[in-house]
Amino acid sequence: MSKEIIKIQDLKRDFTMGTETVHALKGISCTINEGEFVTIMGSSGSGKSTMLNILGCLDQPTSGTYEIDGVKVKDLSRNELATIRNEKIGFIFQSYNLLARTSAIENVELPLLYNSKVSTEERRERAIKALEMVGLADRLHHTPSQLSGGQQQRVAIARSLVNNPVMILADEATGNLDTRTSYEIMSLFQELNKQGITITFVTHEPDIATFSSRTIVLKDGNIIQDYLNDNIQSAAEELAKLPKEDH
Amino acid sequence: MRILNLLKIAYKAIVLNKLRTLLTMLGIIIGVASVIAMLAIGEGSKESIRSTISSMGSNMITIRPGEDVRGGVRQDASAMESLTLDDYYAIKEKAELLTYVSPLVDGGGQVINGSNNWPSTIYGVNPEYLDIKVVGLQSGSMFTDPEVKSASKVAVIGQTVVDNIFSDGTDPVGQMIRFNNIPFMVIGVLEEKGENTFGQDQDDVVIAPYTTVQKRILAIDHLNQIIASSISEEDAPNAVGEVTEILRAQHKLSATEDDDFYVRSMEELISTFSSTSEMLTILLVAVAGISLLIGGIGIMNIMYVSVKERTKEIGLRMAVGGKGSDILMQFLIEAILISITGGVLGVILGLGATVFIEKFLHWPTSVALYSIIISFAVCAVTGIFFGWYPARKASVLDPITALRYE
Repeated sequence: MSKEIIKIQDLKRDFTMGTETVHALKGISCTINEGEFVTIMGSSGSGKSTMLNILGCLDQPTSGTYEIDGVKVKDLSRNELATIRNEKIGFIFQSYNLLARTSAIENVELPLLYNSKVSTEERRERAIKALEMVGLADRLHHTPSQLSGGQQQRVAIARSLVNNPVMILADEATGNLDTRTSYEIMSLFQELNKQGITITFVTHEPDIATFSSRTIVLKDGNIIQDYLNDNIQSAAEELAKLPKEDH
Repeated sequence: MRILNLLKIAYKAIVLNKLRTLLTMLGIIIGVASVIAMLAIGEGSKESIRSTISSMGSNMITIRPGEDVRGGVRQDASAMESLTLDDYYAIKEKAELLTYVSPLVDGGGQVINGSNNWPSTIYGVNPEYLDIKVVGLQSGSMFTDPEVKSASKVAVIGQTVVDNIFSDGTDPVGQMIRFNNIPFMVIGVLEEKGENTFGQDQDDVVIAPYTTVQKRILAIDHLNQIIASSISEEDAPNAVGEVTEILRAQHKLSATEDDDFYVRSMEELISTFSSTSEMLTILLVAVAGISLLIGGIGIMNIMYVSVKERTKEIGLRMAVGGKGSDILMQFLIEAILISITGGVLGVILGLGATVFIEKFLHWPTSVALYSIIISFAVCAVTGIFFGWYPARKASVLDPITALRYE
């Protein structure tokens, strides 16, 4: 059995809104192993974002335990959480969140800036390598405004890879992209997954889930479905099937 | 996070907003420049006072009789006769920190040459007077010690006197003049010195042996003053102490009695006059300081906007591992960088303004190193002080909220 990257048990998260308490997560448990490509599905209000925030160590659960790569996250301070985010997690956002007017390579270097163990030379080297992995080796010095949406998201993916995280956490990473580009991005994710990178992908688009190896469906703060996908679609093949666009 | 990285990030943020940063800096630049220029003007006027006083002999020490109470009536100092020739001899003999000592008796009167006459002051001194006052002769010679001893009727006169009673251009040396009807032979003319800082014409004098003035003009045997010069300017305060000791012993004053004389060095005079210009300097600097404060508030304002504007960036930085302290330092360093750059430009502008004032307004200026150091330090402190609050605000943002901020 492969290594457990994520282990959550009876995880609850309550929010107090005025006098009312909202139970966003009502005691969920699951385990994600190394090398999995998991999609977390659910409509809005299902607790998907809350779960993502907790998985990403941006938020703490009200009760229950959460372990990432063997580290118990509960009771860690803000700074310790920041270190975990820095060393173990790669974030990808719907709106890319690249620094404006900053070159691709500098954007990718960003997480390593907060890691004092990485020297300037190593930082640059690793950033170039990450950009090569996402196919942007020829766009190192382009700023976000000079890149297309798909390219910007690739820069963001490179940024998430640069710190060699144990897991990539994507939040609606294809939400802002057209079908063709999202398939391109998904095929990139599949490729990275084949290289052994664990990916957790939060989405509400069912067709995205068909590219992953496992799907967890949330509803009203509970996991209602958790199944392995025995018929994984290849995003590259789907991309080839799309009608050719006129350029 | 390494400081170099922080500097890089801050530098980048500044470069990306050149115009805005420059406008923000403007407050600091103007503040620093005016502090430096104002201090330069203040220092300059202080130095010009100092140099005028120095030209009168900065080592000079003046001893005057003090006021006293006689039979219950307080006497004016000028009416006192407590300074005597014996005091002069005692000082001359015992004081080790003095190089020159001269008695001084003075009196006003009319200088007459033929049909010309002119009101002036006669000073009865000894030949060391010239060294004490740091003045030379433009023609003729000074009277000598034997002439003092014999109370010769010889005089050295200043240029103003020459201009007024030798208006026809004759060489005064060798001519006879009369002062209050006492005939004097002019044996020398003093170098022109012009007015001193207090508007007194230093050339409107007649100088004669003190013995002559005492006996023939004033008919007194006490002295009005004793003037002396200390070995160096630094020795002046000690020399004042030394003279005080000698005179106290000479006047047989007991420990509980006050001095019945005054001993003043030029140093004290300088500080008295400097204090006026110092007041003005403080006022000017206060105004300049206020503009620096306003500059600081400008920085705070812009940092607030910057934090607000970059909320999403802050969220991202936190998500990828930036700690609260990293964010705090980033914005703080940005603020400090703005203020210090503003400080450097302000120093340059201030120095430029100083040169301009000196060149075109002909005001005396002097840039003190401390003014540069102080305004620079104030700049850095301003940056920290006004950058702290916005930076702190950025550092405590919740990464989730910050990331979702639109």
